[in-house]
Amino acid sequence: MIGTMSCNPAIGGLGKGHIVREIDALDGIMGRAADAAGIQFRLLNRRKGPAVQGPRAQADRQLYRGGIQGAIAEQPNITVVEGEVVDLLMRQGEVRGVVLGDGTEIAAGAVVLTTGTFLRGVIHIGSERYEGGRIGEGPSQRLAGRIEEFDLALGRLKTGTPPRLDRTTIDWDVLDRQPGDETPVMFSFLNTRPAARQIACGITHTNPKTHDIIRNNLERSAMYGGGIESQGPRYCPSIEDKIVRFSDKESHQIFLEPEGLDESTVYPNGISTSLPRDVQEAYVRTISGLGSARIVQPGYAVEYDYIDPRALRANLELANVPGLFLAGQINGTTGYEEAAGQGLVAGLNAARKITGEASVILSRSDGYLGVMIDDLVTRGVTEPYRMFTSRAEFRLSLRADNADQRLTPLGITVGCVGQARRAAFESKSEALEGARARLNGVKVTPKEASESGIRINQDGNRRTLMELLAFPSVCFEDLEALDRSLADVAMPIREQLEREALYANYVARQEADVAAMRRDEALAIPEDFDYRELSGLSNELTEKLERARPATLGQAARVEGMTPAGLTLVLVSLRQRDARRAG
Amino acid sequence: MDTIFALASARGKAGIAVMRISGPRAWEAAQRLAGDLPPPRRLGLRVLKDSAGDEIDQALVACFEEGASFTGEPVVELSLHGSIASVDSVHRQLEAMEGLRLAEAGEFTRRSLMNGCLDLAQVEGLADLIEAETEAQRKQAYRVLSGSIGRRAELWRERLVRAASLIEASIDFSDEDVPDGLDQATIADLAALAEELAAEAEAGRCAERVREGFEVAIIGRPNVGKSTLLNTLAGRDAAITSEIAGTTRDVVEVRMDLAGLPVTFLDTAGLREATDQVERLGVARALDRARAADLRIALREGDETLPLALDSDDIVVRAKSDLEPGDGAGVSGLTGAGVDDLVARIGEVLRMRASGAGVTIRARHREALRKASVALDRAVTRLAEEGAPVEIVAADLREALRALDSLVGRVDVEELLGEIFASFCIGK
Repeated sequence: MIGTMSCNPAIGGLGKGHIVREIDALDGIMGRAADAAGIQFRLLNRRKGPAVQGPRAQADRQLYRGGIQGAIAEQPNITVVEGEVVDLLMRQGEVRGVVLGDGTEIAAGAVVLTTGTFLRGVIHIGSERYEGGRIGEGPSQRLAGRIEEFDLALGRLKTGTPPRLDRTTIDWDVLDRQPGDETPVMFSFLNTRPAARQIACGITHTNPKTHDIIRNNLERSAMYGGGIESQGPRYCPSIEDKIVRFSDKESHQIFLEPEGLDESTVYPNGISTSLPRDVQEAYVRTISGLGSARIVQPGYAVEYDYIDPRALRANLELANVPGLFLAGQINGTTGYEEAAGQGLVAGLNAARKITGEASVILSRSDGYLGVMIDDLVTRGVTEPYRMFTSRAEFRLSLRADNADQRLTPLGITVGCVGQARRAAFESKSEALEGARARLNGVKVTPKEASESGIRINQDGNRRTLMELLAFPSVCFEDLEALDRSLADVAMPIREQLEREALYANYVARQEADVAAMRRDEALAIPEDFDYRELSGLSNELTEKLERARPATLGQAARVEGMTPAGLTLVLVSLRQRDARRAG
Repeated sequence: MDTIFALASARGKAGIAVMRISGPRAWEAAQRLAGDLPPPRRLGLRVLKDSAGDEIDQALVACFEEGASFTGEPVVELSLHGSIASVDSVHRQLEAMEGLRLAEAGEFTRRSLMNGCLDLAQVEGLADLIEAETEAQRKQAYRVLSGSIGRRAELWRERLVRAASLIEASIDFSDEDVPDGLDQATIADLAALAEELAAEAEAGRCAERVREGFEVAIIGRPNVGKSTLLNTLAGRDAAITSEIAGTTRDVVEVRMDLAGLPVTFLDTAGLREATDQVERLGVARALDRARAADLRIALREGDETLPLALDSDDIVVRAKSDLEPGDGAGVSGLTGAGVDDLVARIGEVLRMRASGAGVTIRARHREALRKASVALDRAVTRLAEEGAPVEIVAADLREALRALDSLVGRVDVEELLGEIFASFCIGK
């Protein structure tokens, strides 16, 4: 069902919150739905700098699903057809629609495939093993057969969930509480406050007894009993993994996240497992506050097919299957936010393909969406790919707070931003630019600054107000003494300018790197480029380049194992082609 | 776009050394060194001065306009006298200018390619060149990374990766059970690492000397016998000697093999308050060169003081020991007495330095170490501030890691993440 959260009921986080903001900046619906469904908002890294702060919210499943479905229903020209896609309609090697389980054919100019964990999904609970995409839903087998014909590199990945608990059987009184922020930070640039009632999450811990039970039953776990061989994410280990790999730790933290205001299930974040039901029950009951907890649905591990994303172009279309776009777990990623970001880019580009417009390609310097897609198509994955802020080399400029400044103009240009957002964005930009111009326009001496109470080096250098704002000790209010007209600048604009000033020096230093990258990105490598013809390139590198098929010199530079000499060889060869063509 | 510079001619002693500068700030940089520039594509003789206004060298300056140069960018070529000292001095001046940096391997050629300034034949020839360059890099890397020295480089990197991963973990997994930021021990270690890298960059200067030769300046008051000593050392009349004080007005260089090390002796003008303007210039230059030399031999007749501070390694000898026998080490260029002892002492000092030479051989490595050290220093300074934004410290550490990349291979985010996942139990 559209909008169902099959993993934990939370949106955002570090890196992920950045993605939600970027989706929102392009007028995608995830941020608005999460705001409508949020029952506990927390800005992660609040005590760190704004570049690494990520909004996060616990979501009420029903409200979230309702938010997503409502937004889709409101959108003109969308017809929702529910059914299992079992095959693709092909015409002259291009994908031109889908076939449903009941035989219905739906023609289309392009298709975006988002199979989640359903593609040949297998669910494991201890030694129990059955085919399924998620609990209670069958896998996708026939479609997998079709995909196999496309000569793509396929792989298997694994992910897991914890047992879901009955809320009424938890002893909340003995547990620590984690409340939301006092001033909640929203996902959408269009929202200012939560819509739903706010609640707290519970916190508890595993203990040596829990660990003993798990350790004594390891061979009954699907992971350790040999039932699963595919790679799971290192950052989301099962409780079995945690106990084996970090055997010196006597306790692991668990967040008890209610799945909704009116739902009776709780998601115990931190104990995902593939142990049998009886073991799950036994170890859960050793945990403080969970002594008589009832498991509503056991935890399970799920294995599924993914396609090596190096087979994709940066517009998320398969290079050798025109008309077929992929997004989400089929590309080796994990997470709602990562999937939504790809869905947006794939959908946008599928639509543009049909109307004959050029693809929208986001660069690593545009946003986390660009970082993610570039990582996928040039480097591939070895475990389910999740976003971290550390993946973004331009982290200080790719902030959650300026996602709109970075991406909304692009959205307006390509036509995916609606009227309301456009108007809101334009008035904010105008205010921002006006205030920025004032800060850059006024220069003061250190003496003038100190007379107004701002202490800086008396080095005789005149500084703009913007430069003064870059000092850690100076805040926007301090500047009002130097320019009375600043008093009317609104709070959000002030905050935005303070964040800009904080990183100004570093961002300026990175500008050369950004320019160099953009220059390399501008140099396209033709699709029929034959790396095997390059003399001097090692076999290993040739193979990697053949697989990744970088679209630009910039992408080629990021292919794993690339050397400067190898890169120059590619460049030389590109120039030779140009010269031949010109000659 | 950065403006890049590098020596376009071979390293080491030559009649002429060509320093090439390419990029948007090339002309501006040349102007700061040479004053007015000659018209494009015309040679002009200019005196190059450092930022303090002191003369470095005379050079033939040629400017090329954008679109009409080897790289397609604005280019300046400075033809200097081919001594290590003047090349180094110009190098230091350029390095200190904002927006300028040392070119990376093959970067000039790459820029020409990007700008379409090479013809097809040149482009075809380039592939072979890259092969050779790659091979040279491989050997270089092998030399740097083999044995105990390689382990040291590996250790630097491990320490940096460890600190960077701690910082990244505290940013990306702040909700998990990971330490918040860096502990004092790690910060202290980073400070120590910054110092080690800076020291290594200095030692690297020495390693470079092993390949290119040491400079030994002979200094002293006029007519103390400097030129005679040089002639004896060289076994030929390289410097003009006469009885008239102040004969040597320029710096005379003689290169020789001394105890297996390439050594260039500099015969400098006598140090005194000169009345004649030409001689005054000679004295100023003598002082500059003597300061920049690796070792100074001070010839003294009595207890006169020299207008130059000597290093502890520098050698002081009594001049003209044939005329005035006395205590301590003496030397006579005329009779050759004491020359063998002097040569032995010089050899000893230089061999000591050569053996203390760092692992880094090329200027590029030195540059990388210096950059890493500067970025680390910045990080350590910030960490000492209250409430320093960790993401900015992380940016500094990344800059340091990137600078070390050229020494020990690439570190990318996957390595940091690997370190994090191996060290901490991530995943609540």
